[in-house]
Amino acid sequence: MRASAISDTLVLAKRNFLRIARAPDLLLAFTVQPIMFVLLFAYVFGGAIPTPGHSYIDFLIPGILVQTMAFGGFVTAMGIAEDLRKGLIDRFRSLPMSRAAVLAGRTLSDIATNLISITVMLVVGIIIGFGFESTFLHVVAGILLLLLFGYAFSWVFAFIGLTSSSPEAAQSLGFIIIFPLTFVSSAFVPPETMPAALQWFAEINPFSTTVNAIRALFIGDPAGNSVWGAVAWSLGIAAVFAFLAVARYKRAVVR
Amino acid sequence: MSEGAAIEAEGLVKSYGDVRALDGVDLTAPAGTVLGLLGPNGAGKTTAVRILTTLLPADGGRARVAGIDVATEAPQLRRRIGLAGQYAAVDENLTGFENLQMVGQLYHLPKGEPKARATELLERFDLEDAGGRLVRTYSGGMRRRLDLAAALVARPPVLFLDEPTTGLDPRSRIGLWETIEGRVAEGTTVLLTTQYLDEADRLADRISVIDHGRVIAEGTSDELKDQVGGEALEVTLEAAGQAEAAVAALDGVASQRPELDGIVLRVPVAGRKGTIAAAVQRLNDAGVGIDDISMHRPTLDDVFLTLTGHAAEEDGEGEE
Ligand SMILES: Nc1ncnc2c1ncn2[C@@H]1O[C@H](COP(=O)(O)OP(=O)(O)OP(=O)(O)O)[C@@H](O)[C@H]1O
Ligand SMILES: [Mg+2]
Repeated sequence: MRASAISDTLVLAKRNFLRIARAPDLLLAFTVQPIMFVLLFAYVFGGAIPTPGHSYIDFLIPGILVQTMAFGGFVTAMGIAEDLRKGLIDRFRSLPMSRAAVLAGRTLSDIATNLISITVMLVVGIIIGFGFESTFLHVVAGILLLLLFGYAFSWVFAFIGLTSSSPEAAQSLGFIIIFPLTFVSSAFVPPETMPAALQWFAEINPFSTTVNAIRALFIGDPAGNSVWGAVAWSLGIAAVFAFLAVARYKRAVVR
Repeated sequence: MSEGAAIEAEGLVKSYGDVRALDGVDLTAPAGTVLGLLGPNGAGKTTAVRILTTLLPADGGRARVAGIDVATEAPQLRRRIGLAGQYAAVDENLTGFENLQMVGQLYHLPKGEPKARATELLERFDLEDAGGRLVRTYSGGMRRRLDLAAALVARPPVLFLDEPTTGLDPRSRIGLWETIEGRVAEGTTVLLTTQYLDEADRLADRISVIDHGRVIAEGTSDELKDQVGGEALEVTLEAAGQAEAAVAALDGVASQRPELDGIVLRVPVAGRKGTIAAAVQRLNDAGVGIDDISMHRPTLDDVFLTLTGHAAEEDGEGEE
């Protein structure tokens, strides 16, 4: 049973890769869009936001990496919403395959596209002045944490995709949920500069925890509990939303 | 319920909010036969198919397919069924070949089989030339055929086809009918929903007519036709003014009161033999001019019209 769940997942992950290879315009979302964000933030806001102890670009890159990971799963949401609408989910549900495989295949292929985004952004970041201030092992750990965080949000998006009436609705619902979370966090500005209520939210926001962890691993900020906190948040989000999404998949009804 | 039926459903009930899509549906198909589910838009055909293919839990009733309970043994059942839903469910961004191969892999066919089956089915469905092309370049009919091929990948003993020939050209339709007949000859049981009466007439061993979530008639095509009435003689008169004379002249031939529709007189008769000769003789003797005369056996169209109060394909979007 388990072995077939893994092979089913791989069959579906392969399907998603083929899709990206064949509709390469989708790749723009993973490459050009993050580059655009890096450049806009670095040059438009860079001069206006004081970030004691770091240059703005060093401060920014971890934040924007975390944001990009959170959005990486939108392909999953749109893909699932489209499969649902086209009746493919019905076909899959009528087959003797694992109930989790369609979703696991999606979230798995997101890891690969997220890795592409991370690479592109780090290269662009380094070109415009970003520098690691930590050991190689810390950098690797940071990249793994980013992928884990992205994986957790892929499950959030899987759930969104299954509950939306169309791929477009899935996309906008995703943005509505994730944008405030990324902006009211330590990703782009130090929370101390925010009004008290926002500052309170920014401090408990898992995005801040993860951004702080990445700053610790990439540019040597004091880590505190942020790395373990970020791992715990990611695992928790992945577990809760994987459960919700699979439960939803089993009852998925085309509307 | 009969022992050993490949499809047997009893009292299926399903509501969507206020809409009672199925209101106590019983269905039976002995192994190796074709059951036609005939009904207008919104009758509940797709809902019944979705319940029988484990996609949707019923609110009430029981169903077994291939001897396996639909509700409690769904995972085992999925190995033994093939489904072609109402709308072609194929991946646009894969080739035809890759679509079939993927389905074979997800049925866990032995190594090498998914490829072999994909090749075989592309050929069978006249898609061998298009097999290497992305499905998004396919025409509607080609997608439909690919979808049906996907339902056959694992040679399932029970097949569910929801309006399989909607959108196919006449040649593909006949090709598909032949494929279905071939599968049935090999022992496959098929549940087929359709709005096309000729399709039900040709393929189905038994037909269940369904309307507003209820089975309103059940039987072979002939039995259903008999239920609506036997043979009738249709006489087209030269002039409507002669109708009364014609009715009087045919009094000895008619088994029930004739009905007049414009200049066409419809005369129910008891049997076929010698009826036309006798009718012509009598009408000539009475001096009634005849434009045309023929025996008319009820079609499934008549059955449909009589049973549901509307024609098969006219009852459009209103209920969607
Ligand atoms: N997901 C749904 N939510 C709400 N109502 C639904 C849903 N699916 C079907 N219905 C309703 O249930 C009834 C039966 O629908 P069903 O799709 O089974 O009909 P059908 O016989 O397949 O029709 P058609 O010939 O148009 O395909 C209809 O009134 C339909 O509007
Ligand atoms: Mg239908």
